[in-house]
Amino acid sequence: MKHTLAVLVQNEFGVLSRVAGLFSARGYNIESLTVAETLDPTVSRMTIVTSGEEKIIEQITKQLNKLINVIKVVDLTGLEHVEREMALVKVHAEGDGRAEVLRICDIFRGKVVDVSPSSYTFEFTGVEEKINAVMNLLKPFGIRELVRTGKVAVSRGAGSSTEIRRRPAGGDAHLAEAG
Amino acid sequence: MELTGAQIFVESLKKLKVDTLFGYPGGAVLHIYDALHFAEKDGSIRHILVRHEQGAVHMADGYARATGKPGYVLLTSGPGATNGVTGIATAYMDSIPMVIITGQVPTHLIGNDAFQEADVVGITRPCTKHNFLVKDVRDLARVMAEAQYIATSGRPGPVLVDIPKDVTAHKTAFAWPDRVDIPSYRPSTEGHLKQVKKALSLILGAKRPVLYLGGGCIWSNAAAEVTGLARRLGIPVTQTLMGLGSFPMSDPLSLDMLGMHGTYRANLAMSNCDVLVAIGARFDDRVTGKLDEFCVGAKKIHVDIDPASISKNVEVDVPIVGDARKVVQKMLDNLPPEPDLAKYRRSLAPWHAQIAEWERQHPLFYQDWTPGSPGEVIKPQWAIQEIHRKTKARSPVVTTDVGQHQMWAAQYFQFDRPFRWVTSGGLGTMGFGLPAAIGAQFARPKDLVLAIVGDASVQMCIQELIVASEHKLPIKVFIINNIYLGMVRQWQEMFYDDRYTAVHIPLQPDWVKLADAMGAAGFRVEQKSKLPGVIDEALSTTKPCLVDIRVDPKESVFPMIPAGGSIANPIVADEALKVHVKDDPNSASLS
Repeated sequence: MKHTLAVLVQNEFGVLSRVAGLFSARGYNIESLTVAETLDPTVSRMTIVTSGEEKIIEQITKQLNKLINVIKVVDLTGLEHVEREMALVKVHAEGDGRAEVLRICDIFRGKVVDVSPSSYTFEFTGVEEKINAVMNLLKPFGIRELVRTGKVAVSRGAGSSTEIRRRPAGGDAHLAEAG
Repeated sequence: MELTGAQIFVESLKKLKVDTLFGYPGGAVLHIYDALHFAEKDGSIRHILVRHEQGAVHMADGYARATGKPGYVLLTSGPGATNGVTGIATAYMDSIPMVIITGQVPTHLIGNDAFQEADVVGITRPCTKHNFLVKDVRDLARVMAEAQYIATSGRPGPVLVDIPKDVTAHKTAFAWPDRVDIPSYRPSTEGHLKQVKKALSLILGAKRPVLYLGGGCIWSNAAAEVTGLARRLGIPVTQTLMGLGSFPMSDPLSLDMLGMHGTYRANLAMSNCDVLVAIGARFDDRVTGKLDEFCVGAKKIHVDIDPASISKNVEVDVPIVGDARKVVQKMLDNLPPEPDLAKYRRSLAPWHAQIAEWERQHPLFYQDWTPGSPGEVIKPQWAIQEIHRKTKARSPVVTTDVGQHQMWAAQYFQFDRPFRWVTSGGLGTMGFGLPAAIGAQFARPKDLVLAIVGDASVQMCIQELIVASEHKLPIKVFIINNIYLGMVRQWQEMFYDDRYTAVHIPLQPDWVKLADAMGAAGFRVEQKSKLPGVIDEALSTTKPCLVDIRVDPKESVFPMIPAGGSIANPIVADEALKVHVKDDPNSASLS
């Protein structure tokens, strides 16, 4: 089953590589991954879509938490949340089809972001299934180029599921000399 | 006053109370070595020059495993660092606290394929607990403090700090942080009291409980607490390869090691228990065997400081995240009064009787010859018992390589105290024993340090022997020489119809001459009756010793649970001597 994880990390060099490396080293899937800075420039937020049984997802969550630079991991799948993905798609548009692709764009509430005599470039936003549906409809006209962002997600309601509650410092290094 | 990065590095080591650095110089760390020149002169830090970087990391590892203190390594960029990777991965798999400092090419050359450049932070990311690239000299002191903190807290592990050469030349004021605070890193150590009580009530309701102790008991200094818990409850104790010494193996409650080459009674007790109490162990595949058949009838309690270790391989009923020592102390604090405990201990009598019966059926066993018999073959197990017999009064530190000799040492060398058993468990690194013994001897100059090694594996880091001679370290290296890559030979015998490929090494170095060439004392024994005398001689020599013990080349390690087999069905020596297990269905899943 697919899971959407929100991962807050320290915005430091190499963190993306640590997270990506963890997935590849332990044989977990990444279906999509997006990452950008949060309001706090020292913290970045990743949205990772992965799949696996509950046990695997639990391990992924624990292993992510184990990374020194990871601040918080939230599995949004179990919470009420909103997911969106954006796609930019350049579609062949000439002759009879030129009006039809524009109609499809309208129906899916896409935006025209670039026009040429033989093509349109559209912007679509929505859940993954919607993007898939519109791509299927546009395919017969000839998709010249397509880029999708991967999923971003946020919990519903007024609260923040990813609020950082800093635990007090503690757990001093306890290793002592052997007897 | 402003200091250079190199000087800040040295001052940081002093703040961290680092007394010994194992390392090898090179271009990228020259500024650091120049700063060390002064630290060596004033006696605050000694640097041990190794002969290969892998040796440096294993020495630091041995130093750590023999003391509980973090080991420190200093290597140069590129090949210096990559040569250390095997050692780092070894330490990572066994959760050993260690800090490795590597030089890097100057910041303006990073990414240019400069001379001796390697992406060391990238290469070591999967085999360190954490690593750092220090790009600004103002971060250096803080990073050094964080490196030790991360290496030694929570579940310990190696931490690498990569320092570009220009950073070691740049100057800034030395500002040592008062405390380390890493907001995203807060290991949970306490253990939840509610969970502890739940665990205790499970244990006290058990008829067939077993304590299963791992390396976490060593690293949290929990030996006294777990021993107290086992004795007060009267519960039998088995220990993993990494946990040996956390509970006295001479204690009547000890079932000794479990797992692939564990004792019959330990594995049968695991298979038949009704409550399993795992403390600081990680349910490694060498312990669990076939997961579907692992302790199926038991309720499982798992104490571990690493939440990711809990329910990773085996689902548990009562997880307790915390430091083993603290959690077990909480258990001790919440035990019922002594009369109730005495009653509980008495109630376990049938369980102990059953375990004694398993032990009677299949004790550790090998077919020995009597002294003076023709040929006087030395059995490897007997050689190890003999070394143990002659040294146990001195409670020696014992290091090993990996293979048959390692398993025999784990079986036949009894450990009653922690920090005495130094072996590469998780990664299974050949060549570990000799450098680890050197590191251990540096850490414990007054104690007896033995290395029990194989004739194949010792050749992988043999160059470090001269380091022992140079520093007059009286380590005793016993080569259990069977002129084979013994463990691989055993698998080829058992699972590949005796088709021996690339395992026979009849042409051996002349170990006595080699020892002599390296400034050590060499001995060779081929007759059983001579071994005790040679051991005595080696023990009374102040030089490092290399003792070539020619043992029966055909001996195999038993009991054995084939990879992926059920721990309920160990192959035991007395039966294996009659039948091979060539038709074992698991032979396809060798791993």
